[in-house]
Amino acid sequence: MARLFRNFRFVLQVVNSTNQSTKRYLQANVTDNAQKVAVAVKHPDTFETRKDMPPEDMRPLYMDTQSTTPLDPRVLDAMLPYFVGSYGNPHSRTHAYGWESEAAVEKARKQIADLIGADPREVIFTSGATESNNIAVKGTARFYKSKKNHVITTQTEHKCVLDSCRALEAEGFRVTYLPVQPNGIVDLKVSLELLIYLYNQMELLTNKSKLLLPVQPMNNDLKLRATNRFFYWIIPYLNDAQNQFGHIINMKDDLLYIVDKNDFGQRVGALYIRRRPRVRVEALQSGGGQERGMRSGTVPTPLCVGMGSACAVAMEEMEYDHKRTVELSNRLLHKVQDAIPQVIRNGDPDMTYPGCINLSFAYVEGESLLMALKDIALSSGSACTSASLEPSYVLRAVGADDDLAHSSIRFGIGRFTTEEEIDYTADLTVKHVTRLREMSPLWEMVQEGIDIKQIKWSQH
Amino acid sequence: MGSRSKALALYKQILQESKKFTSYNYRNYAIRKTRDEFRQNKEVTDPQKLKDLFKKAKDNLEIVQRQVLVGQMYDGGRLVFNLEHFVYRYW
Repeated sequence: MARLFRNFRFVLQVVNSTNQSTKRYLQANVTDNAQKVAVAVKHPDTFETRKDMPPEDMRPLYMDTQSTTPLDPRVLDAMLPYFVGSYGNPHSRTHAYGWESEAAVEKARKQIADLIGADPREVIFTSGATESNNIAVKGTARFYKSKKNHVITTQTEHKCVLDSCRALEAEGFRVTYLPVQPNGIVDLKVSLELLIYLYNQMELLTNKSKLLLPVQPMNNDLKLRATNRFFYWIIPYLNDAQNQFGHIINMKDDLLYIVDKNDFGQRVGALYIRRRPRVRVEALQSGGGQERGMRSGTVPTPLCVGMGSACAVAMEEMEYDHKRTVELSNRLLHKVQDAIPQVIRNGDPDMTYPGCINLSFAYVEGESLLMALKDIALSSGSACTSASLEPSYVLRAVGADDDLAHSSIRFGIGRFTTEEEIDYTADLTVKHVTRLREMSPLWEMVQEGIDIKQIKWSQH
Repeated sequence: MGSRSKALALYKQILQESKKFTSYNYRNYAIRKTRDEFRQNKEVTDPQKLKDLFKKAKDNLEIVQRQVLVGQMYDGGRLVFNLEHFVYRYW
C-alpha cells in the first residue's frame, strides 16, 4: 500500500512538473520500482506442493536450527560475487578466473583454520558431514589397516559414523561401540575397563605403554572426545563439531569435521586432518587429486567462500551469540518447566550446547504434539530420521525410557531467534501439552496416583 | 564533523536501512546487533580503533543495503506470529 502511494505521489509530481528532465527521471524511477516488484520471485516453482502447505503470510516460526540454519546475510553477501561474476574453476592455473577463485578458496581455508586453531594446510573441503565422516572413519582405517584394526566409537554417534563403522566391520575390522551415561557422555572408567577386558580376551594387551591415554569427556551434546595415538584407536580423535561449531575454540584433535549448514553458512563441509604428528587417510574418491589428493573433485568456490565467511563471522560473534543463546535457552526452559510438570531435558544440563534443547513431555505423544505445534517448525530428532516414527537411537542409547523417547521434541535456537519467538513457542507448547494431557487416560491415572510402570497390560 | 556526530549519523543510517529487511528475523537481528555494537563501542577514543570501527560500520551498511534488496527479490513470506505484522508495519 505504501509503495502504491509513493508511486502515486511520483506520478502526481510528474504530472505537475514542467521540467522535462525531472519528468523523465521520475518516470524512469517509477518503472524501476515497478520492475523490481515484477521481478520478485513470488512462488518458487516446486514440482509438487503439499496440500497442507501454509499460505505465504502464515509461515511457521523456525525453531529447527539443528537441521539447518538460515543463511546469514553477511555470508550471502560474500558468496554472491562467486555465483555471478567470478565463476572460474579454482583449479585452473592458466587464467585470471582461476586465480581469483583459487585466492578466494584459500582465504576461506584460512578463515576456517583460524576458527579451529589449525594450519590452513590441515583443512580440506568436502561436500558435508557425511563425506567428512566417511573419509575420516573409512579413510584412516583403511590406511592403517596393516598396523591397526580396531575402531572404537560411541553408540550416540551420527548415522554416517555408525554406518561407516558397520562397513568397516564387513571389511574385517573389529568395532566397539561404547555405551554412554544417561547424560550422554562416555563413562571413562567403565569404558576403560571394558576395553582392557576386551583386549585381555583377545590376548593383545601385552605392552603397558600401549594403554589408553586419558579420554576427556567433551563439552558438547552426546559426543565423546578421545585422546590417544598409541592404542589401537583408528579414529584417534574424530570429533563431531556439527552442532556446536562456532562455540568451540582451539581443539587439538586428529580429525575434526565441521559443517557450515549449522552455522548460518552454506551447505558444504570441511575436514581437519592433523599434520604433526601426521594423520593419513586413504582417499575414497578417485579423480584429479584436488585437496592434496584426499578429496578429488572440483571445489565449489561460492560455497567454500560462504563457509569461510561464516567462520569469520562466527569467530567475531562467538561471545555475543553464545551469551544470547544461553539467555534465550534459559528463557524457554524456565517458561516451559515452570508452567507444566514432568518435562525432562535430555542430555547433560551443564556440558551441553545451549542452542539445542531436547525436551521430553511425559504422557504426551511427540508426533501429536508436533502436529499441534504446526505454527512452529520443530523436529523430534535429526532430519535424517524425521521420516520415521521411531524414537531417536541417541535417546535410547542414553537410556531414556521408551515412552519418554517417543515424546521428545527438539527446540533449536540460533543467531536470528528472537525473544518474541521464544515466548510464542513456550506459550503454544504449554497450551498444547496441557490440552493433550487432559485428553490422555494415562495422565488421568497418574493424577489419581496410579503408578503406570506397575500396570500389567493384558494382550489381546 | 566530530567522530561522535559522525558515528551517530552512521548509526541512524544503518538502523534505517536495517528496518527495511522484509524478513522478520534478519530485521530484528540487524537492529539489535547495530544497537549493541554501537553501545559497546561508545567510549572508544583510540583513533586507529575508531577508524577500523568506522570502516566496519560502513561495510556493514553496504551489506545491509544490498541484502535488503536481495531479500525483497526473494521474499520468503510473513510469519504466523501476530507481532510480525505489527513490527513490519510500524517500523
